Amino acid sequence: MASNTPRIKKNKFTIESYMYLIPAFLVFGLFTFWPFIRTIYRSLFLTDNRGLEAVFVGFKNYMDLFTSSSFQNSLWVTGQYVVLVLLFGITFGFATAMLCNSKFPGLRWFSTIYAMPMAIASSGIALVFNIMLNQNIGILNQLLGTDVAWLADPKWALLSVAFLTGWLNSGINFLYFSAGLSNIDQSLYESASVDGADGWNKFKYITMPSLKAIIFFVVVVNIINAFQSFGQIKILTKGGPGESTNVIVYDIYRNAFENFRFGLASAESVILFVIIGILTVFMFKFQGKREK
Amino acid sequence: MALNIQTTEELAFQEEAVKFNRRYKLKKNGKKAALLAVNLAVVLVVLFPLLYALFMSLKTPGEIYSSELDLFPEILQFSNYTDAFKAAPLGQYIWNSFIVAGLITLGQLVTGAFAAFSFHFTQYKGKEILFSLVMATMMVPGEATIISNYLQVSRWGWLDSYKVLIVPYLTSATTIFLFRQFYKNFPMSLYESAKIDGASNIRFLFQILLPLTKPAIGAVAVNAFINAWNMYMWPLLVTGSDSYRTVQIGVSMMNSIDSQSIVLMLAGVVICLIPSLLIFVFGQKSLVRGLMSGSVKG
Repeated sequence: MASNTPRIKKNKFTIESYMYLIPAFLVFGLFTFWPFIRTIYRSLFLTDNRGLEAVFVGFKNYMDLFTSSSFQNSLWVTGQYVVLVLLFGITFGFATAMLCNSKFPGLRWFSTIYAMPMAIASSGIALVFNIMLNQNIGILNQLLGTDVAWLADPKWALLSVAFLTGWLNSGINFLYFSAGLSNIDQSLYESASVDGADGWNKFKYITMPSLKAIIFFVVVVNIINAFQSFGQIKILTKGGPGESTNVIVYDIYRNAFENFRFGLASAESVILFVIIGILTVFMFKFQGKREK
Repeated sequence: MALNIQTTEELAFQEEAVKFNRRYKLKKNGKKAALLAVNLAVVLVVLFPLLYALFMSLKTPGEIYSSELDLFPEILQFSNYTDAFKAAPLGQYIWNSFIVAGLITLGQLVTGAFAAFSFHFTQYKGKEILFSLVMATMMVPGEATIISNYLQVSRWGWLDSYKVLIVPYLTSATTIFLFRQFYKNFPMSLYESAKIDGASNIRFLFQILLPLTKPAIGAVAVNAFINAWNMYMWPLLVTGSDSYRTVQIGVSMMNSIDSQSIVLMLAGVVICLIPSLLIFVFGQKSLVRGLMSGSVKG
């Protein structure tokens, strides 16, 4: 058949194939690729307060960042934040998935609710937490009988924001873990029962090893998500008290849109990209391995 | 026939089995009840922030400041909801968000379906490279390009408009990826026979492929709409007036700490949560299927 098709038609067909890509690549080009190149370019300059490149300074912005205690603090805070978000998000997600792993009445309703945080806006729920965690009128202090300034005390602020983010992430984590649990071959459990294994041993020797891959995947996805938190920090703490919740993305926002240091903020953006890029490559590698 | 004769031993064994079965069932039912009870408790914890917002939004401003622990409002103040619309142009914000999220969803469906069609059904040079370019955009977090994007759109004079909220999000790698995953299960023979029958690609796409991959459309639409509805950083930067502010920005601007505005703000939060939650509850099944097809298929 193909030999009958005239050459010209084949070429036309190829051009047509490219045409279906044009809308998507137009948007990617204008709003991802080009701005990305511009960000790298700008990161090598000192800029005026309208963001125009004024003086070429090479890697000075990067040097300034890595030697500034503020940026070092930002990296350290981000690291702590990511670990806390992981801890909360994965614990909630895993616990709820385990609870929905065997049949009981209302299972579907419960699953829907456990997955629901994934549909909730970080800014909206941050406004709710802002009241819940309020020192005077918030319900958390009332319930615990404490008098803690959850958001204004540097000891607690990061933990509070991380808790909220963990709660937000728990929805999608629940789905991933549920899918992982349902993929475990039930006959493994049956034969383990025959051999007299108790619940804990089944969990330790069947459930956990079978979930290894999915746990890794969830960890990477959650780390990437945590790096990108913005709404909740802007609303709850604005990077403070002090700089105790000043994660990288918030620092970029501050440097660019409050201090108008666009060049420096661009350098920070490039560093954020490198971190997230490495993590994403890690994830794709792993996905590719699973699909084989 | 001959099997009718049972020894006493067999009878005893049967009796044991019946007993065991009953005990097993009882134990199973007990386990189910325990599981239900634990789940009820946990669900309350997970739902707590939402319930809290709902209850607080129905209190009087005075009740908010009582130091006593009381979750439930004395009298339900539904007037808070009507007052919230008076305190801020919530109606306008909601309308803006629907326009923005709706058009973004539509745009992503079109650009995503087109691109995925091209990637899966046709052959050409550089296809693999182009697809990895699409996937590479996942590696560039929006926060890393937001400065350049902001400076660019302000140079274009796009600030404070619908287009600045919509156009940058008209395509997404996730959408293209999800569509392609769904197309992988589409029988290639159908495409080939459509081609032999002389159908053009565009006709195949609209009359055969899209109607037969409705679950993909559902998954992509739910995902795109929820993400667009919940956007925060970009609308915060590029909108400056109530005519274009989205509901997330509008409601967070009601955030201040005097008691009158707390109840109104929480009413606003509840209002802006409802659309995304409804879409999630009704679209959950297809959304879950879509997300899982991309990530955890073993």
